[in-house]
Amino acid sequence: YVWDANEEYLFKAMVAFAMRRYSSKSTTQISNVLLCNVTDRVSFWFVVTDSSKNVTTVPGSEVEAAIRMNRNRINNAFLLSDKTLQFLKITSTLSPPVEPSTPVWLIVFGVVLCLIVAGIVFLVVSGIQKHKKKNKESTDRENLEEKVEVTLENGIPCEALDLKAGHINGVFAADDERFTSL
Amino acid sequence: LSATPEIPKEDGRPKWDNKFQYILSCIGFAVGLGNVWRFPFLCQIHGGGAFLIPYFIALLFEGIPLLHLELALGQYLRKGSIGAWNTISPYLGGVGVGSWMVSVLVSLYYNTVLTWVMWYFINSFQEPLPWSVCPLNENRTGFNEECHESTAVNYFWYRKTLNITPDIAESGTLQWWLILCLAACWAIVYLCTIRGIETTGKAIYVTAIFPYLVLTIFLIQGLTLPGATEGLIYLFTPNLNTLKNPRVWLDAATQIFFSLSLAFGGLIAFASYNPTKNDCEKDAVTVAIVNSMTSLYASIPVFSVLGFKATTAYWDCLDRNIINIINEFDLPEESIMRQNYTSWISFLNSSYPEKIAGLKLKSCDLQEFLDQSVSGTGLAFIVFTQAIILMPGSQAWAILFFIMLFSLGLSSMFGNIEGVFTPLLELQIIPQSAPKELLSGIICLICFLIALCFTLGSGSYWIDIFDRYAGSVPLLVIAFFEVIGVVYIYKIKRFSKDVEWMTGRKLNLYWQIVWRFISPLLLLIVFMAFVTLQMQKSPSYAAWNPKYEGFPMKEEKVYPPWVHAICVLLAALPCICVPLVALFHLVKQKRRSKDPSFVPPEVFSCQGANS
Repeated sequence: YVWDANEEYLFKAMVAFAMRRYSSKSTTQISNVLLCNVTDRVSFWFVVTDSSKNVTTVPGSEVEAAIRMNRNRINNAFLLSDKTLQFLKITSTLSPPVEPSTPVWLIVFGVVLCLIVAGIVFLVVSGIQKHKKKNKESTDRENLEEKVEVTLENGIPCEALDLKAGHINGVFAADDERFTSL
Repeated sequence: LSATPEIPKEDGRPKWDNKFQYILSCIGFAVGLGNVWRFPFLCQIHGGGAFLIPYFIALLFEGIPLLHLELALGQYLRKGSIGAWNTISPYLGGVGVGSWMVSVLVSLYYNTVLTWVMWYFINSFQEPLPWSVCPLNENRTGFNEECHESTAVNYFWYRKTLNITPDIAESGTLQWWLILCLAACWAIVYLCTIRGIETTGKAIYVTAIFPYLVLTIFLIQGLTLPGATEGLIYLFTPNLNTLKNPRVWLDAATQIFFSLSLAFGGLIAFASYNPTKNDCEKDAVTVAIVNSMTSLYASIPVFSVLGFKATTAYWDCLDRNIINIINEFDLPEESIMRQNYTSWISFLNSSYPEKIAGLKLKSCDLQEFLDQSVSGTGLAFIVFTQAIILMPGSQAWAILFFIMLFSLGLSSMFGNIEGVFTPLLELQIIPQSAPKELLSGIICLICFLIALCFTLGSGSYWIDIFDRYAGSVPLLVIAFFEVIGVVYIYKIKRFSKDVEWMTGRKLNLYWQIVWRFISPLLLLIVFMAFVTLQMQKSPSYAAWNPKYEGFPMKEEKVYPPWVHAICVLLAALPCICVPLVALFHLVKQKRRSKDPSFVPPEVFSCQGANS
């Protein structure tokens, strides 16, 4: 927006407002605020006079304190900030940074750590289960093999052996003689 | 002399689920943080596009041959580094032990760098980003002094993250927030390497591919930023004069060597899980080329962002000067813009020189801002974080950037841990019946406890030491002995036959020449030059000392003698293993040959070579 006489009027009004709030005197008028040396840069000097005390200027420290108290309102009236509306010799107190009760990073860290621990527990447990299953399988296989072995006698499967009848060994049954001859 | 390795059929060795997993693991191991923060820096200081010439020559004669050698070795012998070198020759077992030791040392400090990345990552969820504003001092009248004199980004890095001490001899205290992050990092490493390649094979799909996605996003975003083109032009403008400086060739050779993660034993371990009939030649060429292409690809967004940052800093400088001039001369607002700044300055200088001199304007030069080149952690944690603050939507960019760095580093950690894990598994440190999870847990726990040293106030100085001494010279020595060992002790003819058997075609003449002569010679020259250069530089470090007069410049300090001794120890220990083990076996052999009744075990080892 362009800086014209209306804006100057607003500025005078804001300074008067600040003085009224600060010293709680309701006698400061807009006409008490004087601007001079207005340049194109939009910079100027201003003084506040005190009409009740015979046209003397209010001391600078009072004006400074008043403006410092109401800085926020003055800035907002002009849609400016501490950086863009500068009062030379008035340093602004800095606002403290917003800090939440628990630091944000701890929360994120907690989430990450929970995920990791859940993953590790899952993998370890599944590993143990797989191990147990493998052990159970291998013991099952061993039992099965033993049973199979039981049914082997002398290398010959029992089913093939006829335990009641015997096998005639052909080597010794060469002739019908059962007794050796004298 | 050495036993013929048997070709096993079903030996119960774990194997990759598919070939893609294996290639991806090798690429992930090779592509690490150095591709993002070292290669662009080298490109910039060594004449831009001209640096690519020595880089590709080094790739051709050093990188690819050594990579092929390691992959072929691991694949044929099907053992980790210690076992493989013991099989080639017991006298060369020291090479395996040396590379195992380097893997341990590097794992220790590499994960601490990942700790810093994680710390920044979990801090990126805050609005506004904690490194964008300075904290206030005690009476809230101004900013914290240390922060005010340097920048908010520097303050967050040196004070809030590292809490750095002004001297390496002052250890400071353990930083509890870093300990938490370190524990989380080692827990993540444990989670991913818990069962060896079974679990890393699955994790690598994410950690190896994700960085490329993020790099592409940053590429697109970076190119749209103002000033990106200046950064890119600055990066890639070739200045062929720099090639006359031998330092450039040395840097190219060392960059290729360290970038491909050679001589760590991790590549041998990865390849040992392969089926033997696998084309290792193609794999090696693929991995090496992908690694180099990634370096180039990553330098584009990095330099777009750096150009953006330099341009923004330049504009800020101009703006500050303009405000000062306008205030001084009471000119109307917006009368001086950036475009007509120079004409205004010359006009005012001719008409009111005293007033201009009285303003003490800082000279703003874009070239000067672009010249501020940084590499390493400075690039990621100071320069890039500052650039991210300036981008719209900074939280998202910060989160993406740090996740990308984390996955890049994590996939390299897998290779390091595999280089430690596989040889230990084969040496059967723990009984056969105990689960693999126990061994990986023990490794991660021990490494975590040792790495707590790096969370001290002086931790980052120690990490620099480890990086400079443990992660550089020993690797060159080990690689040199690797090539010599395979070519002259195992005999190149035998190795060629092995490779032919694996790949199914005759070995190209290129490999023969390079393995026999060029690579060993090149490694020797690089090693000599590297050591000479290190010797010339007095071992000093740059300390962050708020009480220094030149603060925020860093103070140059010399290492105290006990630190110097540790540096030499770190560099010498893995190298000493090679002659020590050879000597040990020589003594054993001599003692055996003196005792004729003792039957040499080599007779039996022929059958049971691959236990």
